[in-house]
Amino acid sequence: MATGGPRAARSLSGRKPRCVHRAVESRTHASRAPTVKQQHTPAQPPSNVDATLALLEQHDYVAERRLATAVFLALKLQRPLFLEGEAGVGKTEIAKVLAAGLARPLVRLQCYEGLDTAGAVYEWNYPRQMIEIRLAEAAGGVERGELSHDIFTTRFLLRRPLLQALSPEDGAPPVLLIDELDRADEPFEAYLLEVLSDYQVTIPELGTIRAHTPPVVVITSNRTREIHDAIKRRCLYHWVDYPDAARELAIVARKCPAASASLAREVVAFTQRLRTLDLFKSPGIAETLDWAEALVALDRITLDPQTVADTLGALLKYQDDVAAITPDVAARLVREAQAEQA
Amino acid sequence: MTAARAAQAHLADNVLYFVRVLRAAGLPVGPAKVIDALAAIEAVGLDNRSDFREALAAVLVSRREHLPIFEQAFDMFWRNPRLLEKMIAALLPRIQGRVSDPADDLPARLAQAMLPPPRTVPDDAQETDLDAALSFSSREVLQHKDFATMTVDELAEVKALLRKMSLPLPAQRVRRTIAASRGRAIDLRATLRASVGAGGALTPLHFRARRRRPPPLCVLCDVSGSMDRYARMLLHFLHAVTNDRHRVQVLTFGTRLTNITRHLRHRDVDVALARVSGAVEDWAGGTRIGTCLMEFNRKWSRRLLGQNAVVLLISDGLDADAGEGLAFEAERLAKSCARLVWLNPLLRYAGFEARPAGIRALLPHVDDFLPVHNVETLTDLAHALAHPRQRRAGITAAA
Repeated sequence: MATGGPRAARSLSGRKPRCVHRAVESRTHASRAPTVKQQHTPAQPPSNVDATLALLEQHDYVAERRLATAVFLALKLQRPLFLEGEAGVGKTEIAKVLAAGLARPLVRLQCYEGLDTAGAVYEWNYPRQMIEIRLAEAAGGVERGELSHDIFTTRFLLRRPLLQALSPEDGAPPVLLIDELDRADEPFEAYLLEVLSDYQVTIPELGTIRAHTPPVVVITSNRTREIHDAIKRRCLYHWVDYPDAARELAIVARKCPAASASLAREVVAFTQRLRTLDLFKSPGIAETLDWAEALVALDRITLDPQTVADTLGALLKYQDDVAAITPDVAARLVREAQAEQA
Repeated sequence: MTAARAAQAHLADNVLYFVRVLRAAGLPVGPAKVIDALAAIEAVGLDNRSDFREALAAVLVSRREHLPIFEQAFDMFWRNPRLLEKMIAALLPRIQGRVSDPADDLPARLAQAMLPPPRTVPDDAQETDLDAALSFSSREVLQHKDFATMTVDELAEVKALLRKMSLPLPAQRVRRTIAASRGRAIDLRATLRASVGAGGALTPLHFRARRRRPPPLCVLCDVSGSMDRYARMLLHFLHAVTNDRHRVQVLTFGTRLTNITRHLRHRDVDVALARVSGAVEDWAGGTRIGTCLMEFNRKWSRRLLGQNAVVLLISDGLDADAGEGLAFEAERLAKSCARLVWLNPLLRYAGFEARPAGIRALLPHVDDFLPVHNVETLTDLAHALAHPRQRRAGITAAA
């Protein structure tokens, strides 16, 4: 429903159905990504894998070469990039970094079960249309064909992320992030096929809208269900894995500069060891960073078993996993992590 | 003139017979196809053998997986009389073991189709009476007979029955909506369209309601030695269920876990089962239920059990590890799915007691505990699943 919120700050010209216009304004702004407000002069996409790697690094994303290759190919071949991996390994971050690096707006579509065209592509602004009908009635002499022609124009169209990405208002093709596609249901997946292969959407009342320049599309999935092969076929696939120690250390150094070099090394060594254990959910990079920040907040400069036990909630999110790290295990892991430094 | 006509009639007979063979081999070819086939032959002529073949194929084959059957039938029927001997050899009973290569199985199926069904030696005058009695009561008997005690013929007949079964799980409401006259949410889009159509006049409101669809289904089938006979039969059933509806996943376990969904998706049941037996390495071996459930919980549960999945666990619960770690994993499995249904062939015994450690570990965590040893229990399964359950209660007491 496109009813107006109290947030409508600007009022338009003093035309009659004022509240409706305000509603439109607030809605459009609310659904836009925050970055849209900056002026964009899209940067040239990187010309090779090394340049891609450098571009990602510039924006604090320490990528492995395989990922950089996939990103480079996605940009070069104008194919969607399909990223799959455990939660917290930096899938969504890639889209954000790409948007920043290429100086393009980021349009994000968070998927959920039951996501439909009204939420993902477009919706008609019904209140406004109703007012229009009433006005036409009041003026008298309504002609049906004309009325329907007037009502279903872009003036009454609320643009949702997919449409925003395909026909951006300021002309710059954005980075389209379709986040956690596995949360949407199969009908939505099927709908995406047209969007991803031809970069177009069809609105029955208006016709087919096609992107002049295709957006950079990044799709992520946590694998809570299998995505259909037909979607994957259209994309470049990359499995985002946990980073190795060196890369994780670089990430911690970038993202959590407050942590001292020695603490960062200990944290990374500990987490890397934790991932070798038989856990229900191994900690991702996001958890490592959380933990490092937690330790900094507690003013720790080195790991000790007690601190580990107290802050384990930042790393492990399942009670069974937390219970598996007994004081003995924690002490052993800390010892090993610190021995590695020496 | 008459000779030519006689030859043509002969050809028509042969085509008719060939179509019958294909039908018996499982291709959906109706009587109308015979006329189409004759017309096609007339159009391409009889000069070129491969044209003749392609013309028949174009008319008689409507699915890719039927093509190999057609081709083999064509070769046998129209060319090589010696192949018939091979067919007969293929009909001879095989030593029970792994299902053989699909390529080898096709001739067997064709041979079944081409040769008239083996007649039981008739008892002179009583022949007709006996026939009628057999066809009725045999089906009745088959409904109740245990899979494990069936003869080869009975198994074949039951397989045909199983292939036609489905498993209608009660549909759940999902978050997607559908136009409905008695829905609760107003469908503004439809209302407005109607209003515009009426020239802006007020029109009745249109509504939408939440859609319903059956939940995802995940089947864990025990293929260990003690379950061998049942598992082989149930795979026919699972093949039918997999191809009947969306969102079905089938995994087998014995000493290891194997996802066989992709293999079962093959429409042809023989090819599908041959691929399954190629993929499953621990067939008729031991059982380590706890280890396998742990692997499932770690590797698969998050991928397969989203959106309120129902889990069917098919196992006799006889565990080589004596139920070690099983209770823990069973609890986790039960907590990560909407409903855990345990189908156990051992329940056929009236005096069934939950003695073995594996069974005792599993029981407290299942929502339904049902028998699965004959056609009747499978038929009842749909009924049992459709009815409301008491969540995790009373099963231990009953056992």
